[in-house]
Amino acid sequence: MILTGKATLIVQSGDHDKVYSAFIIGNGALSMGMEVSMYFTFWGLERLKKGKLDKGPLSKMNFLGLGKWMMKRKMNQSNVRDLENMMEDFVELGGKILACDMTMEIMGVEKKDLRDEVISDYCAVGTYIKEAKESDITLFI
Amino acid sequence: MVERKINVSGETCPVPLVETRKAVRTAEPGDVLIIQGDHPPSKEEIPMAVDALGLELLGIEEDGKNWTIRIKIPSEV
Repeated sequence: MILTGKATLIVQSGDHDKVYSAFIIGNGALSMGMEVSMYFTFWGLERLKKGKLDKGPLSKMNFLGLGKWMMKRKMNQSNVRDLENMMEDFVELGGKILACDMTMEIMGVEKKDLRDEVISDYCAVGTYIKEAKESDITLFI
Repeated sequence: MVERKINVSGETCPVPLVETRKAVRTAEPGDVLIIQGDHPPSKEEIPMAVDALGLELLGIEEDGKNWTIRIKIPSEV
C-alpha cells in the first residue's frame, strides 16, 4: 500500500469540539493513506484519562453544559459517529496516540489514570519535533 | 477475487472515508469493493483517497442522491 506522507497533530485543548476536530482530521488523513501521530498535552491529556474522552466542555457557547448537550443532540440527529468510536477507528487504522510525559508530571497524572491500551508511547517535545520535521501536515489544536 | 459491498448510507464525515479505508486494509489483491452511500462530499473524496492509495477506480454511479463507487485493489499492491 502506498503511504502518502505523514500528519502530526498536537492536541493541547481538551474542549469537546476541538478533540472532535482532531479525530476527524486524524481519521481523514489515515483514510487518505497518511501516517498520523497525535500528541496529547495539557488539557488534551485530560481526554486520555479513563472515562474522560467525551467529557470536555465546548470551546464556545458551553453554557454550563447546556450548549454541549444541544450540540451532542444535534450530532446524534445528524448521525455523527461518537468520539469513542472515532478513537477506535483511529487506532484500528494505525494512528498513533502519544501522551506528553511533562504534562503528566505537572498535573500529577499517572499511567494508571490513562487509557494505556490506546497510547502508543509516552514522550516529550523532542519526539514531536523529530516527527513534525518529517511530516507534511502539522497542526496545533 | 472477491466482491465486497460496504454500505455507508446515512453516514456522514468522516465515516464513509474511514469505512472505505478499513475495507481496503483487509482486502486482497484483485478484490473489488463496492461502496454505497449518500453523503455528497464523500462521493468526491473517496475517489481522492483511491488515487492517494494507488487503487483503481472502476466507476461511479449515481441515482438521485445515492451513489455507488467501485474500487479494485491492484494485484501488485
